[in-house]
Amino acid sequence: MSKRIEVNDLNVYYGKFKAVEDVSLTIEPRTVTAFIGPSGCGKSTFLRTLNRMHEVIPGAYVEGEVLIDGNDLYGPGVDPVLVRRQVGMVFQRPNPFPTMSIRDNVLAGAKLNNRRMSKGDADALVEKSLQGANLWNEVKDRLNLPGSGLSGGQQQRLCIARAIAVSPEVILMDEPCSALDPISTLAIEDLIEELKRDYTIVIVTHNMQQASRVSDRTAFFNIAGTGKPGKLIEYDDTNTIFSKPSVQATEDYVSGKFG
Amino acid sequence: MTAVASGRMVNSLTTGRLPRGSVWMLLIGSWVLLGLVFLFVQLSGATKSFNLVGAIFLGTVLFDVLIFVISLLVEGVRKAKDRLVTSLVATAFIVALLPLVSLLWTVVQHGLGRMIQPSFFSMSMRNVLDGSGGVVHALYGTLEITLATTIISVPIGLMTAIYLVEYGRGPLARAITFLVDVMTGIPSIVAGLFAFALFALLTGNPGFRSGFAGAVALSVLMIPVIVRSSEEMLKLVANELREAAFALGVPKWLTVLKVVLPTALPGIMTGITLAIARVIGETAPLLIASGYSDSVNFDLFSNRMMSLPVFVYTQYANQGSIAEFFTARSWAAALTLILIVMLLNLAARLVARIFSPKLGR
Repeated sequence: MSKRIEVNDLNVYYGKFKAVEDVSLTIEPRTVTAFIGPSGCGKSTFLRTLNRMHEVIPGAYVEGEVLIDGNDLYGPGVDPVLVRRQVGMVFQRPNPFPTMSIRDNVLAGAKLNNRRMSKGDADALVEKSLQGANLWNEVKDRLNLPGSGLSGGQQQRLCIARAIAVSPEVILMDEPCSALDPISTLAIEDLIEELKRDYTIVIVTHNMQQASRVSDRTAFFNIAGTGKPGKLIEYDDTNTIFSKPSVQATEDYVSGKFG
Repeated sequence: MTAVASGRMVNSLTTGRLPRGSVWMLLIGSWVLLGLVFLFVQLSGATKSFNLVGAIFLGTVLFDVLIFVISLLVEGVRKAKDRLVTSLVATAFIVALLPLVSLLWTVVQHGLGRMIQPSFFSMSMRNVLDGSGGVVHALYGTLEITLATTIISVPIGLMTAIYLVEYGRGPLARAITFLVDVMTGIPSIVAGLFAFALFALLTGNPGFRSGFAGAVALSVLMIPVIVRSSEEMLKLVANELREAAFALGVPKWLTVLKVVLPTALPGIMTGITLAIARVIGETAPLLIASGYSDSVNFDLFSNRMMSLPVFVYTQYANQGSIAEFFTARSWAAALTLILIVMLLNLAARLVARIFSPKLGR
């Protein structure tokens, strides 16, 4: 249920603007990888290239290779819809569908794709996904109420349940806790710990404590200045990055000396 | 007593203040005053009836001046300005409402008596020479033509809006937006002439009139309104929802169909109703393209078809020997048209409420 991601010499553009330059890294299956770095350094942009969400923005494109178990995401004839069914994504702001109930939100991946499903299968999938997202006990009595009525932390876990309900291989998380309080953040971090057993997880975060708590490996991105492309500075085990990084800029950033 | 009173410190944060309720008293007082003025004007014989609209309007203007002066004297400049702007906003509200209420009142006054007579909704004008007769033919015509217009315009308008918001890029989208803007400004008579010419050419018969030709003319007027309103509503749907659907591996067309459209549906429904209300009262294009008739005609595709606005116009314009019969029918038909539009608006409110996203707290 999880796959290896290999990125070779990736350049990411918004029109003429080069946002990310020359990234090469390998993400092992069943690990949590954290991307850290200052705002605007291209972490989120890079993350969105891993399931071809980047190209949703007009004028955006990519050069280079992203291989998932050896299959190039940007090869000729690749259908972005199929890619996104393998690589799920959780966004910064919780975004449950406002017109749907909690149950329909979890089933959104199937329902929106017009997949037929018996009621029993659907119930089982809802329960499994919500339990996977640690939300089942809180919402099992109100599955038919709208998802937008939940608290922020619950909404975010609902979005995670929605993402794992389509059984992806990889889950990308773009600052999933930045809009949440510490308690909800803890719930999501625990969840990431559990999800790691089945999925490859990539998480972007501004919170360095969070990166050190949840991730196995950490990638540090930085920019030389505004208008310059973001670069991957260092990529190593999380312990190494936070204790004895090999690049001075990384040490400055993780120890708080930066800017 | 005096010692206690002078012993208390004067709070330096207080200012003079108008007594509670004085604003309303002043407003009603101004209305009463102007009411008296207009009463004298009426008694002196200068006007035939009491001018209520004038009294309310001029009374409100007097109130604006009075409230500013009094507040300036009692409360100071800043408060006076606040009161002035507040009362000007209220005046604008009253100015907007007065013609509407006055119009509605006049139409009800003149039309209600004739409208509730049994003949009005049970007879057409076929072979009617006396004061009876009704709007059945025009009612059917209006409903059929408007329904046909809606069926033609909503898919075209909605799909154009979806193209512009979700798919359109570059010169083609800009050209369409420009053309839609131009279409919004087409005079309705031109739309009528277009439909008339189109069907005259297609059938080879310059005398050809039908309800469908009228529907085509009205569609020319309705499509740009629907495109514009739907476009705004679709733009309001948060991009995050589209991205959430994409991230679940949902293709773009399904995302549009099942996420974007349902989210924007209440607004789109409102826009469609407003567009219907806009075209249901059109007279000129129907007069040209659908013509005039005294009899019921259910067939949209052949023969002349009457509609309510044309009925109102012809009853007024071609009065027979006893003019009261015709003007009474004209007023009653106008009231009917207003009631239909009101019902449509209520229905749209209801639909919008049923479909709007619910917050289950």
